[in-house]
Amino acid sequence: MSIILDHINYIYGEDTTTPVHALKDICLQIQDGEFVGIIGHTGSGKSTLMQHLNGLVRATGGHIYYNGEDIYDRDYDMKKLRSKVGLVFQYPEHQLFEIDVFSDVCFGPKNLGLDRKETELRAYDALRKVGLPNELFYQSPFELSGGQKRRVAIAGVLAMKPEVLILDEPTAGLDPKGRDEILQQVKKLQTETGMTILLVSHSMEDVAEYVDRIIVMNDGSVLLEGAPRDVFSHYEELEAVGLAAPQVTYILNEFRKNGLDVDTSAITIGEAAQEIARALHR
Amino acid sequence: MSIIKTKNLTFEYIRRDEEGNVEGITTAVDDVTLNVRAGEFIAILGHNGSGKSTLAKHINAILHPTEGTVWVDGRDTSDESQVWEIRQTAGMVFQNPDNQIIGQVVEEDVGFGPENMGVPTQEIWERVAESLRAVGMYQYRKSSPNKLSGGQKQRVSIAGVLAMHPKCIILDEPTAMLDPNGRREVIRAVRGLNDVEKITVVLITHYMEETIHADRIFVMESGRVAMEGTPKEIFSQVERLKELRLDVPQVTLLAHELKGRGLRLPDGILTTQELVEAMKRNGYL
Repeated sequence: MSIILDHINYIYGEDTTTPVHALKDICLQIQDGEFVGIIGHTGSGKSTLMQHLNGLVRATGGHIYYNGEDIYDRDYDMKKLRSKVGLVFQYPEHQLFEIDVFSDVCFGPKNLGLDRKETELRAYDALRKVGLPNELFYQSPFELSGGQKRRVAIAGVLAMKPEVLILDEPTAGLDPKGRDEILQQVKKLQTETGMTILLVSHSMEDVAEYVDRIIVMNDGSVLLEGAPRDVFSHYEELEAVGLAAPQVTYILNEFRKNGLDVDTSAITIGEAAQEIARALHR
Repeated sequence: MSIIKTKNLTFEYIRRDEEGNVEGITTAVDDVTLNVRAGEFIAILGHNGSGKSTLAKHINAILHPTEGTVWVDGRDTSDESQVWEIRQTAGMVFQNPDNQIIGQVVEEDVGFGPENMGVPTQEIWERVAESLRAVGMYQYRKSSPNKLSGGQKQRVSIAGVLAMHPKCIILDEPTAMLDPNGRREVIRAVRGLNDVEKITVVLITHYMEETIHADRIFVMESGRVAMEGTPKEIFSQVERLKELRLDVPQVTLLAHELKGRGLRLPDGILTTQELVEAMKRNGYL
């Protein structure tokens, strides 16, 4: 069970004088239950790639296999794919519209044609999974804080019981605590339910802390791919394409230059502190 | 000399339900008294809903105080006849660059402000050129804003405000939607304006790293100023900031962790450079 992208190309405006080759020959495999981070500067093709995974955008070349089936097959059930691969857009709280939180989360499962009882069970379950307190369920979604609204929007997608959850910059505009809370909930979803998570992010620190694997996009192609510590060890290449490694990577490299025998592959504060303490024999 | 001054500033708004019945009153800014001197670089931190943006919108008279007074360069913002003067003195840059750019060509967009102020044509062009140079976007003056990256667009927005020759610029999370490179470009441009042009800057942000060069930081909580001080003073209080749903820069946090492991290090280290020097001084490097 996995998602396989086989030589995916996407060109838009092909019939105009300025066609854009947005995705260039992408080959990737995403395993069941993986937590994958996708990084890249603005315009590198991250979001376009994500929109291919649930069939919102159709590749102009190549194939996508979801659990072994080609989603571009003529008799493939695209609607089912969209309920299996949930996509949370940037600023998803702009899509909230119902009079209360609970009805908003019910909207998705209701449209799947589920009966009322199942719909409500799922909505309740989804809201619990994102850690929204019960007393907010019957409030207007517009009265919640930024972080709470965003959780409601994520719950709306979770209520569809997706197997894969794609989050496009879920923490943009949130305060630091709000960022941590959302990402911890997402991590918990992965570990507790085995859901596959794809996280598009501009924050290297967040990606370093939570994901199993990183895919670096640049100019429509995959530039680097691998475990966070491997990818961030190429920090000079990342800088060349407008990205960076987490700040601790730079600190450790600076320490090393100054003669401390540290392993520079640590990517979180905790790991780095431990590694420095080890090098100092403390 | 004071450029922004508030005295007992309070802003309340009435919440209404669907039928328009009053549900309650929210106090978004609660009795804030502060004073910003001309040429200062001020950063405002605070979690979502702490009142940062509401406070900022008072500085260029988008909002008017329910109680208390705000003076911008000596002008009372609740005096209707002064509104245009105030908005020229204190320009505002918002989060989403796409909502602020209206011109088809970069230089046209930047010229929009001075044109509306009735500046003579020749001078408009001079202002456009100098503003674009100040943010490092002069070579893109003939480009379409649609072709620019987020960081470049945001710098064009800043140039648009600069062309009105403000004494003060307020930036409300200008980097929230940008990638690391774009963030760096914008912050560098803003620091340049403050250092070189001596423009007063009020920067609202959720990224702690962007505030380490500020002269002073205000931390907002429930509409009040909960903490005030230099970056060093503020970021020395790691635990207090966490209570306020905030964070400290990564270097500061690492230094804090190392201290917890028994290393002798000062509080409030803000840059990699400082950490390396402190480590050397104490014989760790």
